[in-house]
Amino acid sequence: MTSYLIYFSIALGLFVFAALFTLFGVYAERKVSAFIQDRLGPTEVGKFGSLQTIADFLKMLQKELIIPAAADKWLFMAAPAIIFVAVYLGFAALPWGPGLAPSHLNLGLYYLLAIVSVETLGILMAGWGSNNKYSILGAMRSAAQIISYEIPAGFALISAVMIAQTLDLQVMSYQQGILSSEHSKFLGIWDVSANGGILSWNIFRAPHLIIAFVVYFIASLAESNRAPFDIPEAESELVAGFHTEFTGLRFAFVFLAEYSMMFLVSMVAVIVFLGAWNTPLPNIGPVHLANWTTGAIWGIAWVSIKTLLLVGVQMWIRWTLPRFRVDQLMNLCWKVLTPLAFACMIISGIWRIWMM
Amino acid sequence: MKSLNKKSVESGNIINGIKTAWKGLALTIRHLFAPNSKRQVQTVAADNYFKKLEEGTNTIQYPKQQLPVPEVGRYQLDVEIDDCIVCDLCAKICPVDCITIDSIKATELIGNTSDGSPKRLYAAKFDIDMAKCMYCGLCTIVCPTECIVMTNQYDKTVFELSDLTYEFSDMTPEEAAEKRALLEKQQAERAAAKLAAIQNKEGSV
Ligand code: SF4
Ligand code: SF4
Repeated sequence: MTSYLIYFSIALGLFVFAALFTLFGVYAERKVSAFIQDRLGPTEVGKFGSLQTIADFLKMLQKELIIPAAADKWLFMAAPAIIFVAVYLGFAALPWGPGLAPSHLNLGLYYLLAIVSVETLGILMAGWGSNNKYSILGAMRSAAQIISYEIPAGFALISAVMIAQTLDLQVMSYQQGILSSEHSKFLGIWDVSANGGILSWNIFRAPHLIIAFVVYFIASLAESNRAPFDIPEAESELVAGFHTEFTGLRFAFVFLAEYSMMFLVSMVAVIVFLGAWNTPLPNIGPVHLANWTTGAIWGIAWVSIKTLLLVGVQMWIRWTLPRFRVDQLMNLCWKVLTPLAFACMIISGIWRIWMM
Repeated sequence: MKSLNKKSVESGNIINGIKTAWKGLALTIRHLFAPNSKRQVQTVAADNYFKKLEEGTNTIQYPKQQLPVPEVGRYQLDVEIDDCIVCDLCAKICPVDCITIDSIKATELIGNTSDGSPKRLYAAKFDIDMAKCMYCGLCTIVCPTECIVMTNQYDKTVFELSDLTYEFSDMTPEEAAEKRALLEKQQAERAAAKLAAIQNKEGSV
């Protein structure tokens, strides 16, 4: 009985977290974009406009839920929920600190890739259900994009998995710090099992994973439909793409999914490549920085900081680079990222046999 | 050979892409951390006005901060109705017909404008539809008494479109009716006098 209560409270906690992060994310996005463009961003509601997104949310709550007359009613109504739930379920597998994970899945990464792809289904449902040509165009683009970019993203992750020899995200996290039960070598030569810190992060245990990380990060931008890969919503050419017809709370759910997805893919990058909840500070001689900054609370702090930094980079990219054309998008995916990810995977194999 | 060329073009593209993307990212991050102090609101006449635009943010928080504009700019129209001699010239010159004037002839001299022109007409109605006005300023140029001017008020947000019709006449409908009645009476008297004079003339012949 109590275990069910714990499950429910964890699920609720994750939902609240997703909602709060979205509120924060939208606010941050507006401020970042404003500063990049030498504007001020929201300033009126609350100190520095900090309550602006809450006001927006309250406004959205009051809006009418309109279903277009010719829409496919059930698909249309279910789509936002499916889009969000797909991302939300992904959160279940992510470890937040040593011994702190919503669920222990030994197929964590595999589960995550699988469940997150369900978002495409939701987007297709939204596009088809809306009975709007712009929406269906956006949905088709989204499907094409996500299916393409899952390949480099998958291979980049596999090259890390080959180094880690596990799909369990929590085990992968343990390996990248002082709590590791096996030896880890910095650049494959220097045994840093006792030093930990940034030296034992996956990208430094096997430096070719830096490339894999970059490939994954670019692909993850595409998977979360973020600029420069935001052609599914392309608000200038497609009005607003697959969510053109959504109003009020349904629209809010689509946004919730987008920002949760940003957090999710960044957190996966942090866990797989950037040392998960491990501290970046190594033990140096008698100064045991890593020992001092490892623990449950520290873990949550580190993983949040690293993830938020990556989210920040996503926003930075969005407000810098123009949107890709469909052909450029496919070019980049198939001619650049996929071969690079493949190369990383091959190097991983060699590295695992000869260097570790 | 050909395929080799193609390959080098391809990789050149990639390198170029990374380079230019990085250039853009470096540019935007500079702006992200640039001082984002509030903009100093100055007139165009200030020293180095355009140079200073590059410091701080570009946002003007409008109702709180306002751009100073020249005292007499091409903004909204204002009429000093006491100085108007209701000559209708402004209404006639207006290319978009947004001035409507209804005049009543006075029975006697009403008074003088501030520049001394005699006023002989009442303005029963003097409406300017600012929603139509295109700020050409022609009306201000033809006005003989210079009573119609453009002010430096540029904010004309209103809740109803009809609020954009500015009414400058200070006559109440009752007053207008009274003046009309007076004019009619005078005209009737004059007509009667004229008739009497003609009859007198015929009688004398
Ligand atoms: S400014 Fe031009 S358009 Fe406006 S009322 Fe005068 S004459 Fe008409
Ligand atoms: S031109 Fe001047 S004086 Fe004549 S009616 Fe117009 S505002 Fe009055």
